[in-house]
Amino acid sequence: MTTVLAPKYRRGDIHLFDAQGEGFVYLASAGAIFALDEGAARVMALLGERNMAYGEMVQALIEADYSRADAEDLIRELRAVRGIVSDEIREAPLAPPAPPEDYPLQALVLNVTNQCNLACTYCYEFGADKIATPAGKPKYMTLETAKTSVDFLLKSSGDREVPHITFFGGETLMNFKLLRDVVLYANEASAAVGKRMTYSLTTNATLLTDEIIQFLSDQAVGVTVSMDGPPDLQDKRRVYKSGKGSYAVMEPRLRKLIAGHKTRAITARVTLTEGVTDVIRIYRHLKDDLGFHEVGFAPVTDSGEQTYTLDSDGMDTVVSAFHELAAEWLAFALRGEMHGFSNVSETISELIQGTNKSHPCGAGLGLVGVSPSGDLSPCHRFTDADTHVLGHVTTGLDKEKRTDFLTRGHVGAKYECSSCWARPLCAGGCHHEAFVRYGDTGHANLHYCDWIREWTDTCLKIYGTVAARNPEFLERFAARKGLS
Amino acid sequence: MKHLKPLNKKALRIEETIASTDEDVIALQQKPMHTPMGCSISFSPGWEVDAGGGTAGLCQPAERDIYDCYVTCFWPVQVPDHVNYSPDWASNCATAAKDWRSLDIIFP
Repeated sequence: MTTVLAPKYRRGDIHLFDAQGEGFVYLASAGAIFALDEGAARVMALLGERNMAYGEMVQALIEADYSRADAEDLIRELRAVRGIVSDEIREAPLAPPAPPEDYPLQALVLNVTNQCNLACTYCYEFGADKIATPAGKPKYMTLETAKTSVDFLLKSSGDREVPHITFFGGETLMNFKLLRDVVLYANEASAAVGKRMTYSLTTNATLLTDEIIQFLSDQAVGVTVSMDGPPDLQDKRRVYKSGKGSYAVMEPRLRKLIAGHKTRAITARVTLTEGVTDVIRIYRHLKDDLGFHEVGFAPVTDSGEQTYTLDSDGMDTVVSAFHELAAEWLAFALRGEMHGFSNVSETISELIQGTNKSHPCGAGLGLVGVSPSGDLSPCHRFTDADTHVLGHVTTGLDKEKRTDFLTRGHVGAKYECSSCWARPLCAGGCHHEAFVRYGDTGHANLHYCDWIREWTDTCLKIYGTVAARNPEFLERFAARKGLS
Repeated sequence: MKHLKPLNKKALRIEETIASTDEDVIALQQKPMHTPMGCSISFSPGWEVDAGGGTAGLCQPAERDIYDCYVTCFWPVQVPDHVNYSPDWASNCATAAKDWRSLDIIFP
């Protein structure tokens, strides 16, 4: 008794893209990128039309002047990387494995205060869609809580030699005295256990002084400034409680920071909202006029129904400007120069590694947030939200709650992601954004899917072009990202 | 690999993994000679050697026997794996008794 097997082949779980007239494949199950030769691209094109049996593929290649041996080699290679798969093979659905029991911490986000001197209308901590419940909780972190947090990080960081603390708020610099004391304490405490602590902070730049700038530079504290652009755009929503814009106050301080901070790159983080969509003008102002090293953009997080919500027209404007800056980034890369558009740089650095994420970010995994009271949360965006507490710095992480958060947020738990080729980098998107939008941290951010795929495709094409024409640049770039 | 060029670190790791599996395979024609001694639990004739210790003089090719292991035998043996790597090994063999000549040795 014999059984005849006559499987046909189809394209695997892949995304095909072209750059410089060459074909490439991005493997969604791995995050790997391969360049296809003419024959491999031909097979992929044929399989795009219909599924084919082995003999048919060989025959098509022979007709295109391939030897039989070469044709069989080619098919074997495509099959080995799972670029093509037999239609008799059904991949098991992605299932979220149990989160690691004891994942070493890499970073803590210390919310040194939940108070802010500004009242930006779109703020996720204080705005209409806030999830924080700060009533009755401390407004400023005490030194004791901060020291306990540092000890908790050192104890929980396993073999990691260079753990990291990010200072956050509220407005971080409203508690600068604590920040300074924490850095001095953490330097000693980490050295005592053979580690080296590194630091960064996020600020609105309105409270910077010469003394603070000197300290940040001396201690190599990386600085991200929240800023939305030139005066008319910055002052639209980044305002004081009186409604007065913040540009005039921050601008001179910011210039001093960029001139005086010698040890780390200064980056800007722009929030795009209704009417604040002129990405090119914002980029030029921040990069060329003010001198930021890098500028990154992100649409505002909201429930989708606020006056500041970025609607689909606004998003279209943003996307077309992104493409313009992406083309500029590529031109720079081909000349061997660094461009300051972070949205491309971040994606390229992940493509170099072949990142394939189980979770959209390190929240609850290698990173946790600490509220002024010492409560732990998945990240700074969940600070002071009663429903998202994951433990306390004095007692450590609540394993049950952490497991629930991570199981929920695993890409395998998001049904829509299982058929999406962009999942290795996206993994469903921000947990916090999902909660605000859908009421569940484990929900895929479906309102961004098309945009994420389009952007990933754009960055893959840049990657393919640079790999073909200036591959050394990618190596330099990988090294640079590794240091930052 | 000749037709696919790895372009990032993950692709390089995949290429290394594929290359490393090449060395795991011991085929009939390799030195020192690997001499399979037959299959004791089925009525198939099993893998045999001829009077000279080779397979050239057999009345049926070794591949014919392997085909039985490939499709019908429950026992994991060193035959083409029709689930993952060689699903099409027997696609040109519609009727084994007639088409056995089209079964070929696998060269990984």
